[in-house]
Amino acid sequence: MKTCLVVDDSSVIRKVARRILEDLSFTISEAADGEEALRQCQKAMPSAILLDWNMPVMDGLEFLSRLRREPGGDQPIVVFCTTENDVAHIARAMRAGANEYIMKPFDRDIVESKFTEVGLL
Amino acid sequence: MSHEFEFLRRFLKDRSGLVLTPDKQYLIESRLMPVARRHNLKGLSEIVLLLGKPGNDALAVEVTEAMTTNESFFFRDKVPFDHFQQVMLPALTPARQSQKRLRIWCAAASTGQEPYSLAMILNELAARYAGWRIEITGTDLSREVLEKAKAGVYTQFEVQRGLPVQLMLKYFEQNGDTWRLSQNIRSMVKYQTFNLLDSFSSMGQFDIIFCRNVLIYFDNDAKIDIMNRMAKQLAPDGFFVLGAAETVVGLSNAFKPMPDKRGLYIHNAPAANSAAPVRPLSLAAVR
Repeated sequence: MKTCLVVDDSSVIRKVARRILEDLSFTISEAADGEEALRQCQKAMPSAILLDWNMPVMDGLEFLSRLRREPGGDQPIVVFCTTENDVAHIARAMRAGANEYIMKPFDRDIVESKFTEVGLL
Repeated sequence: MSHEFEFLRRFLKDRSGLVLTPDKQYLIESRLMPVARRHNLKGLSEIVLLLGKPGNDALAVEVTEAMTTNESFFFRDKVPFDHFQQVMLPALTPARQSQKRLRIWCAAASTGQEPYSLAMILNELAARYAGWRIEITGTDLSREVLEKAKAGVYTQFEVQRGLPVQLMLKYFEQNGDTWRLSQNIRSMVKYQTFNLLDSFSSMGQFDIIFCRNVLIYFDNDAKIDIMNRMAKQLAPDGFFVLGAAETVVGLSNAFKPMPDKRGLYIHNAPAANSAAPVRPLSLAAVR
């Protein structure tokens, strides 16, 4: 069973993402900010991470750069999922080691097609 | 055209970029009645009434999802595009080495995602096709969808359906909430309105025909007729591509499926050209 960590400070978004990803047969865990996400990853690396950018405590970009320096932190496939929708932000995320990028608002088709694109489905 | 249809047409256009032509009116009923039932609404008129008022975001998302399902994606179904790179091009490239000419027909081009996906693949391989004349012709019954295809402007929703983010960054220019495909890629595709029931004699010969998810709109006699006539426009060593859920089996003897290549067909009569050694092309670097 593939696991996906959903990182977003909005519980509504986490719930929507969980519903979509569970339908795609992922086991879901959740974190409300980057620091909490990092702690979870240090215990067990998920197969995939759906990652918001703007969050309190630690934002998505900082989480990603730290994750990639962790032992085994190169393993999870990271898909950004954020309202930041300009080329500069997208390029920055990709350089920091993201595998794909979703601009909010998203729907089931977008999640499914992006996860297919990176080989998770 | 009913008030409801006009409202939903505008609503979907604004929201998802979906162009709902009058011939798709039947879709509204079949896609939205389940949504109405889930919300205990009496029907389309109540959906439209609620969508017109603020605070119905959840319903708006559901309606958009229901209507845009199976609409055009970039690299839709992925497999045909893998076949394009790994089977069709490796076979046709050596076979056309002297003419340096390749003609591709997308027979249901819709809003352009399929022909443009092929154009992006070819552009990624541009070095290999220097000096070649590659024509991609996109046809569709609807002038309206082709206008959108020609403009090459997609909503944030559309540009995320099937398109890898690297290709989006490379080939699209952002303009507010929309993304415009580069002139370079747009210029690789020529569009014309065309009814598949009309004669193909003006179309000339093609090396590849993509005919995906369009024959479903025709009855069996018309399907057979269209496939048999497409076979006549296809080069002896050319390829014919149907949608994931479609088949020629039981309909046309003109084509036979390629083993283990879902949706990919070749002439039933053996091609005159001998098969050249096949070396797979790869897009690994960009995907």
